[in-house]
Amino acid sequence: MTGLKMIGIGRALPGRCVTNDDLSKIVETSDAWISERTGIRRRYYCGEGESTNTLIVSAARQAVANAGLTPEDIDCVIVATVSSDYASPSVACLLQAELGIRENIPVMDINAACAGFLYGTATASGMLQVYGGRYALVVGGEQLSRLMDMNDRSTCVLFGDAAGAAVYERDETADLCVDLGSRGNLEIEIQGCARPEPSVIKMNGNAVFRFAVGVIPSSLNRVMAKAGLTMDQIDWVVCHQANARIIDHCAKKLGAPEKFYKNIDRYGNTSAASIPLALYDMWQEGLLQHEEKVLAVGFGGGLTWAGALLNLSLGAVK
Amino acid sequence: MDFETLKQVIVDTLSCDEDKVTMEATLAEDLGADSLDAVELNMAIEESCGVAIPDEELGNMKTVGDIFNYLQAHAE
Repeated sequence: MTGLKMIGIGRALPGRCVTNDDLSKIVETSDAWISERTGIRRRYYCGEGESTNTLIVSAARQAVANAGLTPEDIDCVIVATVSSDYASPSVACLLQAELGIRENIPVMDINAACAGFLYGTATASGMLQVYGGRYALVVGGEQLSRLMDMNDRSTCVLFGDAAGAAVYERDETADLCVDLGSRGNLEIEIQGCARPEPSVIKMNGNAVFRFAVGVIPSSLNRVMAKAGLTMDQIDWVVCHQANARIIDHCAKKLGAPEKFYKNIDRYGNTSAASIPLALYDMWQEGLLQHEEKVLAVGFGGGLTWAGALLNLSLGAVK
Repeated sequence: MDFETLKQVIVDTLSCDEDKVTMEATLAEDLGADSLDAVELNMAIEESCGVAIPDEELGNMKTVGDIFNYLQAHAE
């Protein structure tokens, strides 16, 4: 696949921060229960005037600016989300209008749940290859707080709202190495418009844990094999931030636990946003200033998974 | 799987004190295992001896002895 270099990153958080203690006032739970089982300490929920769309627009604007580009430079727009404001138009189309991105380019949403950002990255690579162009904007964003059953204490404490965006530049010097897959089932379910009751996330936690700890190492190993690299040539590993326990289990299995980045304590599970959100924080913390190779893996509803080797060139924090 | 092997798998998975792993020890109270620990333990047992305990069955098991007896009954 056509190679991509990530040259800009951005993120957006809504204004309302909700701690575990805040949640324990609404749901039968506690800070100790949540943090021991998930590693989560706080998450953000959208308030008045905030939504999936506004978060995605804000993160994308930042990523384009951080890449040193203007919206007119963008040749492809892919948005990954399961919580868009409209079934149609897509968030990508609304983002295009909001930023003033050109008309005669591919612009669309994809649904691969928590694997969406990396599925979107692979889609962008294919679009640039088939349709031409140099720069792709790929955004993952969610307002999962609108899909939560606050009576289901095992699930509602896990999720948060956020968006993360990346600008990729076409790079002919290296192929994009990805590993995509799916195991169609309903272990993570969000009902759509076929049912009268409100849509909420339902999840079989134990089954998803088993799926995740199996698929993360196998997918990452396949990506490394495709790229002809071993773990010692990788700078960082960024897993979708679903549960710190999943990441710890895989870090132990794959070795090199010091390369596994975690920021789930700050945001909870933000689905398609979590990988660019982690990359943004790493960049801000000074961990990504040069040319880095980052192994990334997403997994979630579908059940889908996506592993990828991301080549980063983000430069110094502005 | 003999008891010593099971004991080692439990110690490695739950990072608990070896002396605490007795037939009577309860998974939750004595060994501090929550539901995700139980899934991890189940996977480690399967890897070690090839017997897969359904997660629902494991949910009903309270003690190390319950697991040991299940494995004895279902040994290939």
